[in-house]
Amino acid sequence: MKNPRLTLQGPNATFLPMQDETSGIGHGCLETGPLVSGPLVSGRRMAAMAMAAAGAAMLGGCISVNAPDKPIVIELNINIRQEVIYRLAEDAGNTIEENADIF
Amino acid sequence: MNTTVIRRAILGIAAGTLAIGGLATAAHAQRDPAYDAARSSGSVGEKMDGYLGIVGSESSELRRLVNDINIKRRAVYAQKAQAANATLEEYALTAGCLAIARTSPGEKYQAPDGTWQTRTSAPPMRDSRCPA
Repeated sequence: MKNPRLTLQGPNATFLPMQDETSGIGHGCLETGPLVSGPLVSGRRMAAMAMAAAGAAMLGGCISVNAPDKPIVIELNINIRQEVIYRLAEDAGNTIEENADIF
Repeated sequence: MNTTVIRRAILGIAAGTLAIGGLATAAHAQRDPAYDAARSSGSVGEKMDGYLGIVGSESSELRRLVNDINIKRRAVYAQKAQAANATLEEYALTAGCLAIARTSPGEKYQAPDGTWQTRTSAPPMRDSRCPA
C-alpha cells in the first residue's frame, strides 16, 4: 500500500522544482505553495510565524530601549584611553612647569 | 700658573653667564599680571581639554588674553605630543587633567559635566581617566 503512494508522489516532487527553474528562483516557491496545498497551509504558516515572533518577544528576544531621565553627559574625547593619559602624565607635568607663564 | 688662573677666571665667567641665563628664563616663565589677575578673580578657568576658558561675561580684552594663551598652549602641546608619539588631543587632555589638579583655591575649573566650579581645598572633580 505504501509503495504505490510513494511512486505517485514522486513525480510531483520532481516536477515542482522544474517549474521553479522555468518561472524563476524564489518567486516559484511562493506560487507552488498555494497551488498544491491551498491557502489553509499558508494561513497556518503565517500563524506559526506570528506565534514565533510573539514567543521571542515574550522570552526577551526583543530589546526595549528607554530614554534615560537624567541628562546625557557627553564624555570628552571618549576615544582617548586612560593608559595613554597615564603614559603622558609625567611629560605633561614637566611641560606645565617649563611653561609656567601660560599655565 | 698664570694660564691656570686665566682658565679658572674664564670658567667662572662662563658659570656666571649660565646662572644669569637660568635666572632670565625663570623670570620669563611667570604669568602675565593680567592673566594672573583673571585667574584669581575667576573670570577665566581651566577647561578639561587643556585650554583656558572664559567664565561668565566675555569682554574683547579677556577674549584676546585667553586666545593668546590658548594659541601658545596649543603650540607647546603639538610639539610635545609629537615628541611623545601621541596626538595633540591626547596630550592636551592630559595637560588639562594636571592643570585642573594644580588650580589654587578660588580659581575656576571645568567639571566633567561641563559646569564651572570654584576650586576649594578639596580635590577638584576631574575626568575618571585623569591620573592621580
